[in-house]
Parts: sequence; C-alpha cells; structure tokens
Amino acid sequence: MRSTILAAVSAVALAVAGPASAQFAGSASGKRLADMPRDPFPSTYTPLPSVPTAIVGATVHTGTGATLNNATVVMSGGKIVSVTEGGAAPAGATVIDGKGKVVTPGLIDAHSHLGVYPEPSVDSLSDGNEATDPNTAEVWAEHSLWPQDPAFSRALAGGVTSMQILPGSANLIGGRSVVVKNVWSRSVQGMKFPGAKQGMKMACGENPRRVYGSKNRSPATRMGNFAGYRAAWLKALEYQYEWDQFEAKRQKGDPAAKPPKRDLELETMAGALRGDILVQMHCYRADEMMQVIDMSKEFGYRVSQFHHAVEAYKIRDVLAKEGICGAMWSDWWGFKMESFDGIMENIALMDAAGACAVVHSDSNVTNQRLNQDAAKVMAAGRRMGLTISDGQAIKWVTLNPAKSIAIDDKTGSLEPGKMADVVVWNGSPLSVYAHAEKVFIDGALTYDINDPSKQARGDFELGMNSKEDVR
Amino acid sequence: MRTSVILALALPFAFATAATAAPTAIINATVHTVSGAKIPNGTVIFDNGVITAVGAGLSAPAGATVIDAKGGQVTPGLISSYSYVGILDIELERTTNETESENPLFSAAFDVAPGVNPKANMIAITRKRGVTQAIAAPDYGKTIFAGQGAMLTLGDGPQFAVVPKIGMFMNVSETGKRLAGGSRGAVWTFIRQVFEDVRYFERNRNDFDENKARATALTRLDLEALVPVLIGKMPLVVEAHRAADIQNVIKMAAEYKLKVILVGAREGWKVAGEIAKANIPVIIDPTNNLPARFDMLGSTLENAAKMHAAGVKLAFAVMGDQIAYNARSLSYYAGLAAANGMPWDAALAAITKNPAEIWGMGSKHGTLEAGKIADVVIWDGDPLEVTSEPSHVFIGGAAQNMITRQDLLRERYKNVGVPNQLGYR
Repeated sequence: MRSTILAAVSAVALAVAGPASAQFAGSASGKRLADMPRDPFPSTYTPLPSVPTAIVGATVHTGTGATLNNATVVMSGGKIVSVTEGGAAPAGATVIDGKGKVVTPGLIDAHSHLGVYPEPSVDSLSDGNEATDPNTAEVWAEHSLWPQDPAFSRALAGGVTSMQILPGSANLIGGRSVVVKNVWSRSVQGMKFPGAKQGMKMACGENPRRVYGSKNRSPATRMGNFAGYRAAWLKALEYQYEWDQFEAKRQKGDPAAKPPKRDLELETMAGALRGDILVQMHCYRADEMMQVIDMSKEFGYRVSQFHHAVEAYKIRDVLAKEGICGAMWSDWWGFKMESFDGIMENIALMDAAGACAVVHSDSNVTNQRLNQDAAKVMAAGRRMGLTISDGQAIKWVTLNPAKSIAIDDKTGSLEPGKMADVVVWNGSPLSVYAHAEKVFIDGALTYDINDPSKQARGDFELGMNSKEDVR
Repeated sequence: MRTSVILALALPFAFATAATAAPTAIINATVHTVSGAKIPNGTVIFDNGVITAVGAGLSAPAGATVIDAKGGQVTPGLISSYSYVGILDIELERTTNETESENPLFSAAFDVAPGVNPKANMIAITRKRGVTQAIAAPDYGKTIFAGQGAMLTLGDGPQFAVVPKIGMFMNVSETGKRLAGGSRGAVWTFIRQVFEDVRYFERNRNDFDENKARATALTRLDLEALVPVLIGKMPLVVEAHRAADIQNVIKMAAEYKLKVILVGAREGWKVAGEIAKANIPVIIDPTNNLPARFDMLGSTLENAAKMHAAGVKLAFAVMGDQIAYNARSLSYYAGLAAANGMPWDAALAAITKNPAEIWGMGSKHGTLEAGKIADVVIWDGDPLEVTSEPSHVFIGGAAQNMITRQDLLRERYKNVGVPNQLGYR
C-alpha cells in the first residue's frame, strides 16, 4: 500500500497505485511509513437529521444572480430538489410560509479566523499565526481551530453556513486553511466540509516585513518578501521533481526506487503547485498583485484568490482575464498604509469587469452581516451608475465565495442536487433591518430566531448571563 | 480626462461655493426633527447659519436657495461620541497618530486639540456620510488617564471648529488594570490617591510652586488638569464593561459628586436600572456582541434596546475594530440598534440629540428646531438604512464639499485597460 503515502504528495500516484516497493518492507515502522493515510484528519461531518421541507411563496435569490418571485424551494434528503416560481409543496413536506420572506443560499465567508482567533481573545487561545518563521507551510489551521468559539453561533445567526478558516498573515506562507460547515461539533473533523480542498495562505506586503523586520531578519522589505516566496517555490519545485522522478522509476517497476524524504512544509507547497491545494493570498496593493501573478507563472502555479485586495479595482481587467477571485471588504480602508486607497465601489467594479467578486469578512463582527456588506457595495455601485440587481449582490456572498474556495459544485446556490444550505430572511437581506429567521444546513433546520432550542451556544457560554444578573 | 472627472462630480461641489448669504429652504422632505414627531412633506429653512423654521407647508422665503429633497429624508447632523477623526490618518502608522502621549511627565494633562488637523483626509470621508461633529478621544499612554478630548465640527474651511477639553478620559477596564499595576484593586487605589492629591493640590498650590509639596501619584500638570473634574465642571469619561466595574463607577460618581459619562458598557444592560437612577449617560458601540474578554462576557446586540428601555440616555459610536477609520458608519450602527429592539426614533436620537446633550451642546445642536445651528443632512432614503447616503450635508448652514479622495480614486480608475488612459498622471 505504498500508494497511500505517495498520494499525499503526488496526484500521479493516485492514478498509478501499484505494489509497494520493497523499500519499506521488513519492519513495523516501515509498514507504518508505507501505509500512512493521505487524509490523516478526515472529515467526519454528518448532516443533522432533516425532514423534507418546502418554503412556499417567497422571493428567492438563487445565488447565481437570478431572483424568482413567489417561488417555492423544495429540499429533501439534505439536497435542493427544486426551485420554481409558483411551485407547490410536495405531499408530506413540512411547509414554511414564505410570504413576505426572502430566501437565499447559506452565506459563505471565504476569509475567516473563527476558532483560530476565538473569543475570548485571550493569549492562550490566540492560535492563528505561527509567527516563528516566514515560511510555515507545514502548519494547518485546523489544528488550531477551537470548535467552541462563541463566534460560530453568531455567524450562524447571520446566515453563514460555510467558511474558510485561514492562518493569519504574519508569514509569507502561513500554512493550510480548512473549509468548515457552521455546525456545532465536539471536533474539528466533525465540522470539516466533506471533499473540500485545503488552501495555502500566503501574504504580501506590510505584515510579513513588519513581523520579521522587527526581529531583524528577512523579510524586512517587500523585495525581501519576493525573495522569500521565490526561494520557497524553488525548493518546492525541486521537491516535486524528486517525487516525480521516483514515481517514474516506480512505475517502471524499478525495485531500487527510493522515495524522497517527506517534508511537511514542501508537501504543502508541492500540493499548491499541483493545484490540489488552492493558493489563497493576502494582498492589498495592485502593483504587488501584478508581481505575484508573474511569479505564479514563473513557477507554474495558480493563485485562486487575492484576499483583501483593496486595490483590486485598479487591475480588475487583469484579475478577470487571469480568473483570479478577489475576497474583499465593503468599506474597510485606511487602517494601514497599504489599505489607504480603499474605495466602497471596489467589489462592484470587480464584478462589473467580469471578475469573481467576493465579499469577505476577516472579522467575527462583520461576518454576522455579510449580507449588509454586500448591500453597502451594491448601493455604492449603483450610485456610480453600475447596474446591479439584488440577486447579483447576493452572489457576492454565496456562489462567488463558493467558487473561490472550490465548493461551488456542492453549495453556494439554490440549484437541484446541491446541498440544502438555505436561509429564510425576514425581508430583504440587503437591509439594515434584516434578520435570518431560519438557517438550514444540508436540509436540517440548524437555527431558528423564534426557537431557543435552535440557537446553539458553545460550551464556553453555558451558565453565563443568567436573568438573576440583571439589575 | 481630468476635465470630465471634475464635470462628473460638479453638482454637489457647486453648493459648497454657494455662500450662506441667501437663506436656504429644503422642501419636499420627510423631516426628522428629533425634538418632536417627524414631519412628512416638511420644509427646513435656515439663514445665516441658523435654522429659522421647520414645519409642514412652509413657503420658502424670497430669494432663498431652494433644494428639492424629492421625497428624501432630513435629519440633524450626526454626532459621533467617540472617534479618532482629525487626530489620526493611518492607524498602524505611528507617525500619523496624534491620539496619545507616552510622555511620563503627564497623562491627564494631555490635550488632543493641538494635534487636530482640520485638513485630515478622514474628515471629508466621515462627513460625507452625515457626521457633522465628532469627539476626538485621547488614547491611553502611561496611566489610566488618557487626557482630554475635543469636540470637532467637521466642516470645510470656516465651518471647521474645535472645542478643546470637552472631557477627561479614564479607563477602569482591562487597559486601566494594566496601566495601574495589574489589578482592579490597583486601579481604584490609584484613583482614590489621585483624587486625594487633586484636593491637596487645590489647597496647597503654593507648596507646589515652592517645590515643598509631598509626593503625589501624578504630576502637578495632571493634578491641575483634573481640578475641573473634581469640581464637577468637566465630564469624566470612564470606560468600563463588566457590570461590577460599572457599579464601582456609579459609586465613585456619587461619592465624589462627579459628572460621569460611561463608555463601552458591554454589560450595561445588566445594571441598566442603576445607571439610569444615577443619571449617567452611556456611549456604546451597538454592534459589540461577542464575549471578547472576561469583562465582556455579557456582550449582546440587545444592549442598546435594554438600556434604553430602562431609561438610560444613550449615544453611539463606532468603537470596535473599525474605530480608527469608519466613524462614517454611525447611521448604519444606529440602524443595527433599531434592528435589534431599540425604537427607531430613539436610535436616531442616540446619534443626534443625546450626544449633543451629553457633550454640553444641546442648546445649539442635535435637533432641527428654530434657533439651532443649521447642521442638516438630506438622505436619499431611510437615514438608518445601510443602503442610504446623504445627498447634501450642511454645517453651520453651509453646503459641504461631498468629494473625497476616495471619489477621486474611483473616478481615476473608472476605465481601466485602455492604453495610456492614465497618462495624465
């Protein structure tokens, strides 16, 4: 079973799984090395129990940009069955009156630190940045993630059903991200989005140069940043080459083929080179993003998404052409030099250019209101003369973020066969007065604003804020 | 290209150049006076910087500049009760930050006013979203006293104004605990000693002049700055969050007969009855709902609604992660309070009338009434709605420039990918 270990570093190995080489035979430790699982912390996520449900007579933003009126959303077995205007509820389904309500897909936050920077924000729980070396590609955010972070339940009340949890941006290469569903679980594995790829967090600009420059080591400048990325990619490419050579020998049946030594840091980067792991890069300035794009071509990898991308509007044509998403704030700007040119129309301009525009939070406060951040951008875009439908604005917090983390084949829009991640809003989600009334995850009613039994609280908050406290 | 940019933005700018010589009448508006009921199809008239009439069916005076609000809504100028507007350009660039003193010779005596930059980029960006006044608050340096804040009127040119020494800022929360010596016990021991020293200073000024005074917890400069606080003239603006901390502040206010304004008050709802009874106004960020620290475990979106219901006078500010750059979100934050149980009118009052009263300018600002300064905002929709924005902002009766650096950036990049399009740079 050599193939299992090889698969962890080489997609090729999966396709050519064959007899193990003799290399590891003959000892228990050798057998262990040979049999190591390629997915050592597998998702154990199981959808909560659900019943066939129909939301009837609602305004439905499908997430694709479309809006249906007087529509019926039918879900069964955890999946969307149908979304039709004027449709009837199937026999036996639990019916929810959608009159006056607005339905959207579950919101998706492509940039979150829930669980890795949890509340209370005490030092002992501050696990988001392994700021000990500019390249920590070997660390995984899921190993820091505290499932009891009280912020998860707040995000759920805001309609967030899936999110990408990333390491912070102290390092040039910060480690692997994890995609989770927003469900209460005793374990991280119980939250992990089944089948989702991991991301690899990288960071441009001020943060790495500040963190390491202040320690009097490289990078202390932006040119130091690029030297650091390129040296790391070069090593990763050489690592991948060694494994490719080994794989070629092994395929020829060479019994003396010796696998290269595994390296957890380079394994992550090699995964990113192959596209098994998505590159998610924190980058504010247009000029830096342009240089990163050239670097990605130098080494032959793809940037899936620029995060924050405060100046994306300046190069939106390039980002559209390159097919790189931008995960952005509606109106954060000016807290650091590289965010000084932030404008409220950034996301709207990206969208108008045909680029993949994503409203993200990077915050356990604004992630509770991603819908309203989309509304801010929509309003700003319309004021400058862009035509933006309500449905299109909803796409920035549903299908586009799903696409940016490659789960758009499974969720992010209300289309038959997709996960029934659904939010019923009390009115337009693009209003300050919006509340998510019901949130379904894989068809299961997971949050209900009117039912305290459907308002999960993590362990940490138990027993706090009793009525007796009030004077 | 530059010409067309200016043309595209010319309309609102034109008002800025219109002098206040002629009276102005805003017609066809829903007017939220805040002092009374809203007036559908109302008119607001101001002249020489002062509101002269507000009502339904008023006719514009002869020669008035008439602005048809086209069914929009009109509010008083908004007042942010806690910000760094005017004293900070970029949060993480220390060189652009005028909010605090690290000088060991003084803390309470620190005054933000000389650091105010009337031309700071953030002023126009904040004003564009209807904020006409903002408290520039000092941040904490060496002691639990940050120093003295200022009230800024965010006008362009002659309408810009600074009222210094509007309040003394003190922290009895985690920041104060760290600065006082690591515990709440140290905080309150320090406070008692400082107040004792202020009284000693008052009685023995000559001893200080002659260098014969006993040792004091703060320097002479600080003690002098605290005199107005101890005689109840200057508000003591105290940050506290835990219910027990708030109760200690209430006790202190009564014992020393201080004029106290509470800030933060994440757990204010738990002791709202006691706060109301003590007649202490409270400044909160209505979006803070996470148990971010062990003295904030009771944080809830209903804090505003519950304190209001108990009779607490509330004012709002953007005080979370976005404090340093998004004071402009004030109307949105008030809307979120309204969305979470606070009556709409009370939420609007918490960014207009209440802060005007709390900061001692209620006779001139905060409502739309004849005789008040004409700080007036015309909105293109519900002023608390996230998608709404002002079409006009008047300060002291003068139409304000609505073009920000951000607008110029947007216009510059309106078209991209056209060869040499940006060549004029």
